[in-house]
Amino acid sequence: MRYIARVEVSLKPGHSDPEGETTKNSLAELNYPVRDVRVSKVYTILLEASSVRDAERMVEEMCRRLLANPVKDDYKIRIEAAE
Amino acid sequence: MKKEDVKICIIRVGGTNCDRETKRSLEDLGVKAEVQHLNRLVRKGSLQEFDGLVIPGGFSFGDYVRAGAILAKSLTARLRGELKLFIDEGKPILGICNGFQVLVEAGLLPSFNGISDYPEAALATNIPIGYRCMWVYLRHENFGRCIFTRRIPQGNVLKIPVAHAEGRFIFPRGEANKLLERLLENDQLVFRYCLEDGSPAEGRFPENPNGSFYDIAGICDPSGTIFGLMPHPERAFYGWQLPDWTRMRRLPRFADGRIIFSSMIEYITRKF
Repeated sequence: MRYIARVEVSLKPGHSDPEGETTKNSLAELNYPVRDVRVSKVYTILLEASSVRDAERMVEEMCRRLLANPVKDDYKIRIEAAE
Repeated sequence: MKKEDVKICIIRVGGTNCDRETKRSLEDLGVKAEVQHLNRLVRKGSLQEFDGLVIPGGFSFGDYVRAGAILAKSLTARLRGELKLFIDEGKPILGICNGFQVLVEAGLLPSFNGISDYPEAALATNIPIGYRCMWVYLRHENFGRCIFTRRIPQGNVLKIPVAHAEGRFIFPRGEANKLLERLLENDQLVFRYCLEDGSPAEGRFPENPNGSFYDIAGICDPSGTIFGLMPHPERAFYGWQLPDWTRMRRLPRFADGRIIFSSMIEYITRKF
């Protein structure tokens, strides 16, 4: 079975996000009432797995091994069957 | 081992860009240095032919995912057994800039309890944000553990340039002070960013160019044979690389980065 996993990696709360901060300042210069900006990275992964659970297990492992650095990153995973 | 028999491997992948000057620095000290692509090293299984390894600066694999992350995983996945043997034999590994990011991402630094499957620290985006290429002062903090700085008296100040956008050394939030204590107890702290007179930068820009925790610029593993630093010693090897050399009355032959390579070689010639 093929699944599509959408992985969003973002900085843990409380960690400074200089990229978000810079973007916030730029949006403020454009006169938007922006209070905060946090930047995330999204990976869309097409993979083969025997079940949703199997896909979840693999993607979870991918996050821990490569996509996120547990020292500073959080991640969210969403999985659906690919058409 | 005689100096002329020493053979150092400088690992290269797409995006590595400081391999040639690192090779020149090592060769200037009278040892053999070879730039080897990771694929070739894996194919030939030739890591053990070398007496030391350098992971040079650059943007390995385009810094995709995170700076150093992909090369870190490639190294540990494709060279795992060989790398472990290399480390267990006490052969030195030096990571410069991107190489430091690789060693941290690979769990080889700080490596409190042996090689870690997950990173125990991170080199995060600079604060203030931006790619920063500038000369900095480093205070040598090590008491003799790190084999790459054994010839530098503790407290000495070195002038070496940095060039990076992700060099802010951090530990997990909430554990930072506890882990710093461990780093100090194990004598794993090697360089801190400082002022010209050696007093601490205390996080202030530009002396601390990236917002690093405790002004950390370089650390070693508990054995002292794996060392990573953000500054580029190969860019401070000769006197003519100094930014103000044209204003000097007498041009020094060498600059401050040379001693890191010469200490590495001295360690190899004595041990093997």
